[in-house]
Amino acid sequence: MSILKLETPQKSQQAVDALYQVLENRLASNPAGMCPVDTCLAFLRLCHSQSCGKCVPCRVGLGQLAQLMDDVLEGNASMETLPLIEKTAESIYLTADCAIGYEAARIVLKSVKEFRDDFIAHIKEGRCLGNMRGPIPCVSFCPAKVDIPGYVALVAEGRYTDAVQLIRKDNPFPTACAFVCEHPCENNCRRNMVDDAINIRALKRYAVDHAEPKAAPEAAPSTGKQIAVIGGGPSGMTAAYYLQLMGHQVTVYERLNQLGGMIRYGIPSYRLPRERLDDDLNHILSTGVQVKYGVNVGTDITMDELRQQYDAVYLSIGAHTDKKLRIENENADGVMSAVEMLRRIGENNPPDFKGKKVVVVGGGNVAMDVARSSVRLGAEKVYIAYRRRKKDMTALPDEVEGAIAEGCEVLEMYAPDSVKVNENNHCVAMNLRPQMAGAIDRSGRPSPVDAPAPLLELECDIVVVAIGQNIQYQVFADAGIPCSKWGTIEAGDDTVIQEVDGVFSGGDCVTGPATVIRSIAAGKVAAVNIDAYLGFQHELDFGVTVPEPELIDRTPCGRCNTKEREACERKLDFEMIEFGLSDAEAKQEALRCLRCDKYGPGSFKGGRGQW
Amino acid sequence: MVNVTIDGKQLRVDASKTILQAAREAGIAIPTLCYLEGINEIGACRLCIVEVEGMNRLVPSCNTKVEEGMVIRTNTEKIRAARKINTELLLSQHQCQCTTCTRSGNCVLQKIANDLGILEISYAKKIKHVEWNQEFPLIRDESRCVKCMRCIQICNKVQGVSVWDIVNTGGRTTVAVSGNRKIEAADCALCGQCITHCPVGALRARDDSDKVFDALSNPEKITVVQVAPAVRAAWAESLGLTDEQATEKRMAAALRRLGFDYVFDTNFTADLTIMEEGSELIEMLKDKEHHRFPLFTSCCPGWVRFMKTQYPDMVGQLSTAKSPQQMFGAVAKSYYADILGVDAEKIYCVSIMPCVAKKYECAVEEVNDAGAGADVDVSLTTRELARMIVAAGIDVQQLPEEEFDQPLGTGTGAAVIFGATGGVMEAALRSAYYLVTGENPPAEAFTSVRGGADWREADFDVNGITVKTAVASGLGNARKLIEAVRSGKAQYDFVEIMACPGGCAGGGGQPIHEGCEYYASRGQKLYALDANNPLRFSHENPAVLELYKSYLGAPLSEKAHHLLHTDQKTWKL
Repeated sequence: MSILKLETPQKSQQAVDALYQVLENRLASNPAGMCPVDTCLAFLRLCHSQSCGKCVPCRVGLGQLAQLMDDVLEGNASMETLPLIEKTAESIYLTADCAIGYEAARIVLKSVKEFRDDFIAHIKEGRCLGNMRGPIPCVSFCPAKVDIPGYVALVAEGRYTDAVQLIRKDNPFPTACAFVCEHPCENNCRRNMVDDAINIRALKRYAVDHAEPKAAPEAAPSTGKQIAVIGGGPSGMTAAYYLQLMGHQVTVYERLNQLGGMIRYGIPSYRLPRERLDDDLNHILSTGVQVKYGVNVGTDITMDELRQQYDAVYLSIGAHTDKKLRIENENADGVMSAVEMLRRIGENNPPDFKGKKVVVVGGGNVAMDVARSSVRLGAEKVYIAYRRRKKDMTALPDEVEGAIAEGCEVLEMYAPDSVKVNENNHCVAMNLRPQMAGAIDRSGRPSPVDAPAPLLELECDIVVVAIGQNIQYQVFADAGIPCSKWGTIEAGDDTVIQEVDGVFSGGDCVTGPATVIRSIAAGKVAAVNIDAYLGFQHELDFGVTVPEPELIDRTPCGRCNTKEREACERKLDFEMIEFGLSDAEAKQEALRCLRCDKYGPGSFKGGRGQW
Repeated sequence: MVNVTIDGKQLRVDASKTILQAAREAGIAIPTLCYLEGINEIGACRLCIVEVEGMNRLVPSCNTKVEEGMVIRTNTEKIRAARKINTELLLSQHQCQCTTCTRSGNCVLQKIANDLGILEISYAKKIKHVEWNQEFPLIRDESRCVKCMRCIQICNKVQGVSVWDIVNTGGRTTVAVSGNRKIEAADCALCGQCITHCPVGALRARDDSDKVFDALSNPEKITVVQVAPAVRAAWAESLGLTDEQATEKRMAAALRRLGFDYVFDTNFTADLTIMEEGSELIEMLKDKEHHRFPLFTSCCPGWVRFMKTQYPDMVGQLSTAKSPQQMFGAVAKSYYADILGVDAEKIYCVSIMPCVAKKYECAVEEVNDAGAGADVDVSLTTRELARMIVAAGIDVQQLPEEEFDQPLGTGTGAAVIFGATGGVMEAALRSAYYLVTGENPPAEAFTSVRGGADWREADFDVNGITVKTAVASGLGNARKLIEAVRSGKAQYDFVEIMACPGGCAGGGGQPIHEGCEYYASRGQKLYALDANNPLRFSHENPAVLELYKSYLGAPLSEKAHHLLHTDQKTWKL
């Protein structure tokens, strides 16, 4: 008789583990707008099922708590039920023996506080405040509401030109987005419930790579209205495109001598080849949008003059100045901002990093762009210093991995302390202060706190600061445009600036640095609202009809990812690093789409509509 | 065209068709509950599922298009089992008290459950009840709702009013008044289209037949009934009569058997409406500067409610002429009481209408002018009439044809077409022409205003004056028309609007036929009655002429104004 045995997983446990995995995937594709009370109850019931049953508060309390919440949902509760829920949850939190109980109670307690109005609506009105918003997950999570199932279906049918035209209905930067969009559409893809999200961005890339050039739809008859757009970035050019198609005459005022804003001056060409960006811009300009290059609003022409000359003004100036670290010797030679470095690359005037040691400070996508560009500029060694953990970086995981593959060294949990300079005030080293993970902050990530360890002196020639950008708002504030204390322009989510008639604003200058697709969305919203402000309600017809879904059982099948050039080769140049999907991969991937526009709530509410 | 095989039948069908359409055209029945062609094709009930070769999962036939080479089976064990389970699931949440349901015998769910041979439900019953104001003309019963969403769709897509919406999520998803409102405050026009498009008894009109039975058995009351034009085209649809048998004269006999003392015709006051409204229009056209155009007809209370809630600033453009129902009540309790030599209070005035909103209209306090309580005491729907006939044990097959009583039972062909969209316009033009020129136009001169559930325009020359007219039925069309008028894109002198698609023939109080619209065929019956009537012009109705001669004086006289006109602005909703 053996005394000790190796533990082998039981069959039932394996099944439960698999179920939890499925649950995780399912949660990843949670539909938007579900009843928070119902969701909280579902969570609570799961927690209760995890109870070992030893302790009273968890074994009995969680069940009673669930019953009380069920009463709320079923209209059997009164306003006294709410304090009872809170009292009970509080008590469970205070008395449960282990996290199975007290963490469940803590979340319930938090939920009651956060969705108090929903609880009350259920108790008093017998109905939910929430409603099924966005029945098509990808569309509802796309800021610009691009008809994703539509163009994916067109790709499946081989109608690539139509696919691109359909994208343009909501987003005039199909090519730029095909290369660099952060694809929030994929996050809640319902296909997660089956296996894995659709590779939407790769399918868009496939569409733009295979589409024939196609003219923009004919513009509506001229309205005689003149509109000024300040800033030729994604938001401004999007607004310009739709407004021009609506029959207005748009003039874009661009400070630099090329269009594209941060897409041109912030994104390295190994992620988005310049000539491909020009595909989008040329298409936009083909509608008759006028551009004045090299004009600085505020000095060359004032806001007041623009408001007098034009029927409406759209402010989309982006966020183009760098944030400072506020550390010793930050202004030393050899220390530069990410914005400056990337702009110089964009202007074909790159800094020479040959044989240099570079420290990049920051953990966002811009930091990765800067680090990987430094490698390409010949740097001998590139460090990425980040004050949090690598997994807490805001950069896309693929970007971080890409940087590491190209030889960048990620120094996680190191905060910038000071720059060490030589007698010529040139940077010779970066002092980094070791951090340790502390309490969870509002963003849900552990906040970095100084670790009891000595400074790390990292020898280097160049420091690139990539910790965010600010907005050059002062001239606009002086012209009476309302600005927040964080230096952003204050416009509503309809891009309207209430205080200043006829002036609209959107994109990074309102939200702070965000994504390309969010800027595009703002431009689209601005176009519609400016059109309405001018007394119109144009509807644009891009003339693409979406095919019926292919009638197939959508059984589990893996997601095809794009491949990249091998790291040691690609890091030597600024050429595109990503390969598109093969024909077979694109076809299979497009057919994986569950067509939520047709099946499920998409066939009823929302569906496909004119914006 | 594509080749498909359904249940072994080789078919060549249009590629734009759904499997359901293809099957039904080939005589293959597939049950549907939530499906409403063109309006609700959301595949929610999952009863129309079929097998498509090559697929494991079942496919909803209502919103799946046919494809070349498809092999479809509509009645396999797999399908039958799934249909049964889905029906049982529906029944587990459905108040199956068919004995006390208005839709018993005309219920889609009842028929499907019976057809599938469901004798027991395998699941626990879980019926949800929600409070509802039982006094409101439109009544919703949550416990009977199958969440097919048809009411939401018809109100939103066809009527453009969006009274209904989905509320809650997950298993608690249901239908309720949109925007967290109560029905009384929801801008409901009371068109009743949600009722006639509900597959079950979740939506119904308030039943007032008991009030009428009480009055009929009250010896103190003199019961007077009027029947709207469109009712005669539909009254016997649920009573098993052929079209030839279902005449208006047999309907008059049925009403007399029910016990009404006097059986009259709303056609009489439809002619009277034309005299008043037509004169109002002519007066306005003579003095165009001082009036806002277009003048809108006001005989449809669903439309009046719509105007009052959606375009309150335009209510003044409604004709002040009362609807035929209300003119009848006012005349019955004044002129006719005088003829009978009785106190008007003794008269109990009932109307049979194809309409739910008429229940509202007759209850509007501001509309009563005869001075004897409500001018119209009760308004019943066509469906209520049919039920009363059955309840009273009247064998309509055996009834003879009988005449309406006189003098309020005389109507012209111009009056009977009030029941079809464009009819009021056509009748008004026939008489307006006469009132301006002194001679009758050909009776068929204005048929270009006839049509269906749409918005159409026609210009007519009356003595050198061009009269620009438009007609719309269905509130969605009405909204489009008004928006065009408001934006200056359209200009008219006179506009007829009916809230229900196809006009009163398609009214929300008419008999219900699953999946079929009857307004066109009922409208045709009304046009046939017009064509066969020796009197084609309202101004030639001898009873109306007598009414003016001996009582009212002339159209728009002071007395006519007092009894026959109203200010809709003062109407409470």
